[in-house]
Amino acid sequence: MTAQANTSIARRAGAIVMAPVALLARVFDPPLRGLQKLGGTNAMAAFFLAPNMLIFGVFVLFPLAVNIAYSMTGGNALFLTNREFVGLDQYERLFDCGNYLDRQTCREDLFWTAVWNTSAFVVLQVSLMVGVALVTALVLNRDLKARSFWRAVFFFPVLLSPVVVGLIWRWILQRQGLLNFGLYELGFEPVNWLVERNWAFAAAVGVSVWAHVGFYALILLAGLQAIPKELYEAAEMDGTKPGRVFWRITLPLLMPNLLVVLVLTLIRAVQIFDEVYVLTGGGPGTSTLFLTQYIYEVGFASHLRNPGLASAASILMGLVLIVLTLFQLGIVRRNDRRGGK
Amino acid sequence: MQIRKIVLALTAGLMSSTVAFAGDVRVMWYSDGVEGEVIQDLLNRFMEQNPDINVILDNVAYQVIQEQLPIELEAGRGPDIARVTNIKTLADHWLDLTPYLADPEYWRTNLGAQFDWMRPDGSEIIPGFMTQLTLTGGFANKTLFEQAGVEIPGAEATWDEWVEAAGKVQDSQQLNAAFAIDRSGHRISAPNVSYGANYIGPDRLPAPVDEGTKTFARKLVEWTESGRMNKDVWVSAAGTTYRAAADDFINAQIAYYYSGSWQVANLSTKIGDAFDWVATGSPCGTVACSGLPGGAALVGIKYTKNPEEVGKVMDYLASEDVVREFTERTLFLPAHKGVIAGEIDFQSDDPNVKAALNAFVKATGQVHENANALPAWKWGTPVYGALVTRISQAMAGELSIDDAFTRIDEDIKAQVAEASK
Repeated sequence: MTAQANTSIARRAGAIVMAPVALLARVFDPPLRGLQKLGGTNAMAAFFLAPNMLIFGVFVLFPLAVNIAYSMTGGNALFLTNREFVGLDQYERLFDCGNYLDRQTCREDLFWTAVWNTSAFVVLQVSLMVGVALVTALVLNRDLKARSFWRAVFFFPVLLSPVVVGLIWRWILQRQGLLNFGLYELGFEPVNWLVERNWAFAAAVGVSVWAHVGFYALILLAGLQAIPKELYEAAEMDGTKPGRVFWRITLPLLMPNLLVVLVLTLIRAVQIFDEVYVLTGGGPGTSTLFLTQYIYEVGFASHLRNPGLASAASILMGLVLIVLTLFQLGIVRRNDRRGGK
Repeated sequence: MQIRKIVLALTAGLMSSTVAFAGDVRVMWYSDGVEGEVIQDLLNRFMEQNPDINVILDNVAYQVIQEQLPIELEAGRGPDIARVTNIKTLADHWLDLTPYLADPEYWRTNLGAQFDWMRPDGSEIIPGFMTQLTLTGGFANKTLFEQAGVEIPGAEATWDEWVEAAGKVQDSQQLNAAFAIDRSGHRISAPNVSYGANYIGPDRLPAPVDEGTKTFARKLVEWTESGRMNKDVWVSAAGTTYRAAADDFINAQIAYYYSGSWQVANLSTKIGDAFDWVATGSPCGTVACSGLPGGAALVGIKYTKNPEEVGKVMDYLASEDVVREFTERTLFLPAHKGVIAGEIDFQSDDPNVKAALNAFVKATGQVHENANALPAWKWGTPVYGALVTRISQAMAGELSIDDAFTRIDEDIKAQVAEASK
């Protein structure tokens, strides 16, 4: 078959595929032109955004409004119309504290326990996550043998369901789990990882990092691969030491990706729930009770549910997330402006 | 024409998978042991006899019954029939079966003793029946006691004596712990009552934590700190999370396990002939040697669209022959007076089983009146929740036991106040 014949077949196939699109364009073109004449270009933008805004309104804004309404009601009834309006009582109850640093002086001591636990978790998990993701990306960016295999190994946990992650690590870390079996075989004393406060907290942080680090390493790896090779070659020709290359070339050029990773990790750390809930159930005691679990317990799991209090706590958590999101937006815009220059 | 046929077939297919037709009865069911298979078997037989009624058994996790069903019920939805343990708190959602039953008097005579457990105070409705009666009680690993050369404490032994004996077994056999109690406020309420606790105040609202509860809770925290009580079960979770210690007993990691009669089938199946075990009734406190009665009920849901069919299914499941077969195959204690009066041939080759069930039947005679009042008390479950949350914090060293008592009172007070809004 000649090249000319091939081109002719391709054109015909293209025409067949495009026929329905052309038909749609013909149908919609006149009303859209009319709309543009009537409202101008801005109206067209609003028209095209409308479906997305509708979905956003139904699935995000409406539930948010309902949640705010719930947070101003009391009682155990499920339907808003059956609930008593209590104003800001639920918020007052959450903030009723003698000393915010001493949770025992707070009326809702478990809420403040969850707040402090979540804060400690965010600081530890985010630092560790960014550090490990950076090291992993740097290692995976080198000319390793079976590099694709190693990349898959680090990314694999990201594909697992959080419940599966929690269960796997529970089986490993429980008193008669795999880790203690290994320690015992090596002649060490077994440790009750999930019953000792500090170990359980460390396990929650560690498991969470293990489960998500592959995703963040991938973002950083993309950033590393975008750094021009010429810069490294020039540094090598100048005899620059590897440490200096890292601090002066790699880190500054990776900063935009690093900031994105930092903010994404922060947001996800504040929302931590599923894998830790399966792993520790919030224990030992309340040492791994985080904000989302507190909300779940109060709103759904306790014998007499309190949707008002749970909603108030979730609104406060939402405010924290909004601040973090604005922080992220600010960083992205600043980077865009720098990129533009 | 062909497209129309396809659309119609598709619509019919979708509807058949999502919509319950008239004549369908959905049963939400959870299982502790083999009862899911037994009930399916019984329902299959019912459907053969009643081809116009299609009974769909939805086997779900216990957590679904505890957490999702109440929300469905609040929304005016749910299955047609459900097997539940939170019987009293949700009583407003149960269907009055009286007009749909062939012989309501049969129900009142044979199953009426527990109706007050499952209907609102002062109500006379017939909401359902208890599929099993339960009683909390202990199990001892006979083989471990024998290997340690320690005598199993007698029927009148106190909690202290039991812990001391189990402690000797723990030391001798190098066990992780001497004993364990399920992480549940319900479970520790029996020993609390045995030490004189009464949760119900004069106004039928929760009374402040009294000396009975304080005495046993203090002991429990001390035993946990000293390593006699298995720390893993209570300390390794927060809030009201339920954790059974059955696996520790099954794996011979503890010498004594306090749970209840519903564990008999589970222990028999999983332990097999690995070791000998005995049911011991409940250890004594200063006031009684009481267990806590309870159980699971099968109730009609008042939002059902097929109440007539629900009545027929319930009539069948509550009939004497069916209850007897269910009891014999599941190894549960029955609530049906006629079945109790007759002969029950529990179907098990395990010699431990019959002895255990007899021990539980015997222990029902020792139930203290304060324990007997709890299943029919509306505030039981919130009190259990507060107990388990705060006592486990004391065990973990986060609260002093006295602070835990203060918090229990505050939590319950807040819940009562919230519920009255």
